[in-house]
Amino acid sequence: MTGEGTSGKKSESPAIAIAGLSLVFNTNDGPVQALSDIDLEVKRGEFVSFIGPSGCGKTTLLRVIADLEQPTGGSITVNGVSPEEARLARAYGYVFQAAALYPWRTIARNIALPLEIMGLTRADREKRVADNLALVDLAGFERKYPWQLSGGMQQRASIARALAVEPELLLMDEPFGALDEIVRDHLNEKLLRLWDRTQKTVVFVTHSIPEAVFLSTKIVVMSPRPGRVTDIIECGFPRHRSLDIRETPEFLAIAARVRAGLRAGHSYED
Amino acid sequence: MNRNRGHIQPWIALVGLIALFAMPLDSADPARLLVREGPAGWALVAVMAAAIIAAIRARRSLVAAGLLALAAHGGAAMAIGLLPSLAGHAGSGFWALVLTSWLLAWALVTELSEWPRRPGLPGLVLSLLIPFLFGLWLLILWQIVVVVFEVPFVLIPPPSAIGTRIASSLPILAADFRQTFLKAVVAGYAIGCGSGFLVAILVDRVSFLKRGLLPIGNLVSALPIVGIAPIMVMWFGFDWPSKAAVVVVSTFFPMLVNTVTGLSASQPISRDLMRTYASTYWQTLFKLRLPEAMPFVFNALKINSTLALIAAIVAEFFGTPIVGMGFRISTEVGRMNIDMVWAEIAVAALAGSAFYGVVALAERAATFWHPSFRT
Repeated sequence: MTGEGTSGKKSESPAIAIAGLSLVFNTNDGPVQALSDIDLEVKRGEFVSFIGPSGCGKTTLLRVIADLEQPTGGSITVNGVSPEEARLARAYGYVFQAAALYPWRTIARNIALPLEIMGLTRADREKRVADNLALVDLAGFERKYPWQLSGGMQQRASIARALAVEPELLLMDEPFGALDEIVRDHLNEKLLRLWDRTQKTVVFVTHSIPEAVFLSTKIVVMSPRPGRVTDIIECGFPRHRSLDIRETPEFLAIAARVRAGLRAGHSYED
Repeated sequence: MNRNRGHIQPWIALVGLIALFAMPLDSADPARLLVREGPAGWALVAVMAAAIIAAIRARRSLVAAGLLALAAHGGAAMAIGLLPSLAGHAGSGFWALVLTSWLLAWALVTELSEWPRRPGLPGLVLSLLIPFLFGLWLLILWQIVVVVFEVPFVLIPPPSAIGTRIASSLPILAADFRQTFLKAVVAGYAIGCGSGFLVAILVDRVSFLKRGLLPIGNLVSALPIVGIAPIMVMWFGFDWPSKAAVVVVSTFFPMLVNTVTGLSASQPISRDLMRTYASTYWQTLFKLRLPEAMPFVFNALKINSTLALIAAIVAEFFGTPIVGMGFRISTEVGRMNIDMVWAEIAVAALAGSAFYGVVALAERAATFWHPSFRT
């Protein structure tokens, strides 16, 4: 706990504060420990990545933050309140692994979907849709249907939809996992510029080491069975950075530390 | 272009042409040849020969298709024209004529099927022409077989007799159509599908209904129409409301079951998305689950469109005022007026297909986004 977190005032509380959190799924094969004793604090405006192999609970942890799963132990607050209250206050913009655009809605109306639910006026909706489409370089595709767009464009539309909510937290679950390397690099740079411009808190799940190191101010390394945090690495790269930094010694040093953390998590399996 | 599949028909037709040239039309009169039937006989042989040559030489040609259409239907017209004088004693030459005409029609349909699909009106005409030719030849062969073999009228009347009956009984057919279709079917269909849809939403919301009502629903949907129709007559009287009630009973459960299935068709990821927006039950229902359920709802609407007509007709077998398609069928059968029964069947088939077609068009408009319709 930092000093500002204990003050109790909502505006000064950390974006996410997790202490001793655990989650047990009751499956037909008996209980499965998905998360075990997680401690994590994310400050406002940070870009945090969860990295780890499949089954390490990184997606589950993100879902707990978004109030899509209920923890079975420990405590979690988001902006000083429970995840449920934060969800009802519409603090989240969630980007899923798949774009999850509704095929019966045009791109513009897909982005307007959360705005309709929030009860915004038509004029407000149209403005936010136009702004956010421009932000992800999709201006001109308003009237297309999702299935008429490439996978990368669909995922950009889903990011625009999450941003249109103007959430305090942007939660992204391997949003670029299904895309090729070149599109992925491009979207990583775009995402970084968006984060810089909007000053949002971003929590980003990935299993790509370069992606995590390039994007993050903080990398949370996780390991499976049971899902737990093995290392938390701070990255001090400037907010304005290009893909070139991936060649620098500092970048490679952090990447090596992430890799070592992942390997340590894996070793007991062999 | 190198594939020759499906183009054996012109060659067989060539053999048939030679046979119909040389063999007698009438088994009782060996001297009766097609070419002795006057200039029409010669003209037909000439057109058939030209069509066969064109079909063998050219592929995807408008001239070949036109010649094939002319020869096939000229041959059919000739055969049907000869029918009255040949009933019961048709010769091998006549069968050669029928067979050759039919082969040419087959070659024509094969030819048309191979044409590239075109957008707009020409494409639409072509896509309707092929099934139309199919149906037409079904009627032509039906007419010829029934007349030549002198099939008893009560077993199967020839299409020409049915057509004549339709033309002479239009007011009766129209009154029956109004009574059965426009009153019983339309009202029953609307109430049955509408209530099935609304109850499905209720069942989906209230879990004890889902566990309690759905199994009972399956039981009720297995009830035979013949069993409930007399009971509905006792409840709702002789006129169309009792028929509409039978239609309601038979359309309610297909709609209920399909809609309940459709409401759970949305992906977990889509529902999670709605949850992150703190969407209410009704918002999720209208913005996600109902659109996702539409393909299932339309499935039920299509099933019910034909089911409703069958139910209304069968229900009329159990007491009606003296009008209605089912009433007409059951009484005219008793009076051996089989052509009238077939006339009602033709009207029912036409009405049922048109109804189904309208629902299918609405489905295309409402679920254009579904992978099975995307363009």
